[in-house]
Amino acid sequence: MLAFTLRRALQAIGVMFAVGIIAFSMFRFAGDPVNQIVSIDTSAAEREAVRKSLGLDDPVPVQFVRYFGDAAQFKFGVSYQFRQPVSTLLMERMPATLELAICATIFAMVFGILMGVYSALKRDTALAKLFQAVSLIGISLPTFLIGILLIYLFAVTLGWLPSFGRGEVVKLGWWTTGLLTLSGLKALIMPSITLGLFQMTLIMRLVRAEMLEVLRTDYIRFARARGLTTRAIHFGHALKNTLIPVITVAGLQFGSVIAFSIITETVFQWPGMGLLFVQAVQNVDIPIMAAYLLMVSLIFVTINLVVDILYTVVDPRLRSTVGRAT
Amino acid sequence: MSDAVVSNSDKQGAPPAHAARGWLSRALDSDVFYSFRRSKLTMVAAAITVLFFLLAIFASWLAVQNPFDPAQLQLMNSRISPLWTADGQSPFLLGTDEQGRDVFSAILYGMRISLAVGMAGVIFAGALGIALGLMAGYFGGAVDSVIMRIADVQLTFPAILIALLVNGIAKSILGNRLDATSMLVVLVISIGLSFWVGYARTVRGSVMVEKNKDYVAAAQLIGLPAPVIMLRHVLPNTMGPILVIATINLALAIITEATLSFLGVGLPDTMPSLGTLIRIGNNYLFAGEWWIVAFPGFALAALILSINLLGDWLRDALNPKLR
Repeated sequence: MLAFTLRRALQAIGVMFAVGIIAFSMFRFAGDPVNQIVSIDTSAAEREAVRKSLGLDDPVPVQFVRYFGDAAQFKFGVSYQFRQPVSTLLMERMPATLELAICATIFAMVFGILMGVYSALKRDTALAKLFQAVSLIGISLPTFLIGILLIYLFAVTLGWLPSFGRGEVVKLGWWTTGLLTLSGLKALIMPSITLGLFQMTLIMRLVRAEMLEVLRTDYIRFARARGLTTRAIHFGHALKNTLIPVITVAGLQFGSVIAFSIITETVFQWPGMGLLFVQAVQNVDIPIMAAYLLMVSLIFVTINLVVDILYTVVDPRLRSTVGRAT
Repeated sequence: MSDAVVSNSDKQGAPPAHAARGWLSRALDSDVFYSFRRSKLTMVAAAITVLFFLLAIFASWLAVQNPFDPAQLQLMNSRISPLWTADGQSPFLLGTDEQGRDVFSAILYGMRISLAVGMAGVIFAGALGIALGLMAGYFGGAVDSVIMRIADVQLTFPAILIALLVNGIAKSILGNRLDATSMLVVLVISIGLSFWVGYARTVRGSVMVEKNKDYVAAAQLIGLPAPVIMLRHVLPNTMGPILVIATINLALAIITEATLSFLGVGLPDTMPSLGTLIRIGNNYLFAGEWWIVAFPGFALAALILSINLLGDWLRDALNPKLR
């Protein structure tokens, strides 16, 4: 167990190292950082001074170690377009993205499980077929089209919900939250649905498939033979056993939710990290791009690591196969 | 329409590996074509896909104006609503946008670009993935572990994130030299680099199975070089799954291109794809000019849905376990 955890952690560090090299190469080689900082009429001598002050004349390995050391302390350099430290910009915007991602995940889990259970138990009803059709559309439609459709319906036509921004936010220390004001909550509804819809269809299909599988097993038949109520069988026995894979998938998908919030945040002009990243790509703001890549990779790698380790804690069979395979 | 449906199914029905004599009759006789005929939904999806391809190919004949040519746009004609509404005007079936661009013509030309970028992206991703997968599977050892570790790492990141990064890097290297045409190339490369992993993994898996078979040993014994064995003998036997991945990836590639263009890092307004049209139209949604965004959006959704349905069907039809 300890050996497995260590090996897995080492792999994670390896991945982060590789991503770090990519981020550093972007930072160093994609475009000249000096050109981005000085103006066009700066003299060659001054350029050389700037180059020296940034440490760009040191050997590349030295620069790499320094970049890594800075990144470990959340120092990612200065944004070209905002002239502010990238870490400040990211910290300002992280609460917005995390709140959105968490709300979207909760929405996806609640509705995904409900719809999945319903369409597994009442397979041939019209409503179950409707859910299937909705899930096909949810997988096929691009996120931004769903967002535009929602805006047209609920903001333009009906005027019920705001179409952009976070509404009023409350400051709790460095964290800003929109969960405590009415306008903040209203502003959260459409972005959460847009972002969570894909995950919802995924969870719905998974729950449906797992439920159908479990309902065929012997212990469910035995529970029926014991004369338990249908309700107890369905929810006490069947649903409980489908939830382990569902929670795993939802956990693993959380990283993708954060990455996909790039699109949702652009549609709704949500002031989060994703919008910052898109603006950075538009304006070729390399320090922000590199920092975003590192942050998102860290989140991804950590989630994958934790899920893998938890898995082996829950299911000892995996431990032995993994041990044998490597 | 029925002609179009048949010709489309031929393409998929005929195994490209052994396109020998009488391929048409063999295709019409095959299990794949039989399962195609039995599924109405698939036939509708195929019909819509073929229709969209035809519209895109013949865009210059069908469109009432060339939306890329500023000389043909007249500001007098701007913001006309669709033909069937009260303010509709004659040549503009689906209305016009802010610059007097006919929405229907813009969709035809945009569809052409979306499909072209999507297909080129799929071909690039396929070529890269197949080459790396063949090498990983055939040589094994260190080559295999290096390629597959890269694939594993890349698979943990969503394709759209990788496409955005590649896009940003290309932009910063090319700087101001980036015009609409080179943007097309950048998009194809971003999409190709985001989607090669699926092909590489599948091909590698099939190659690992195939390379232990007698025919490969025979080819090695008569002294054929490795590239010839890989391309002429092993690759054709892995084509089925590749075709399925390519179809599903075409939908994903079109979505990725549309998303990048919608985010404002894809094709510019002077050379709009469907995604660009949706981004432009989105600005007029609040002014009540819904047709500028609605029709490109609907075209994109219908295209993706049809290709996805075709991909689903192809996956089931080529999977012998489900027959």
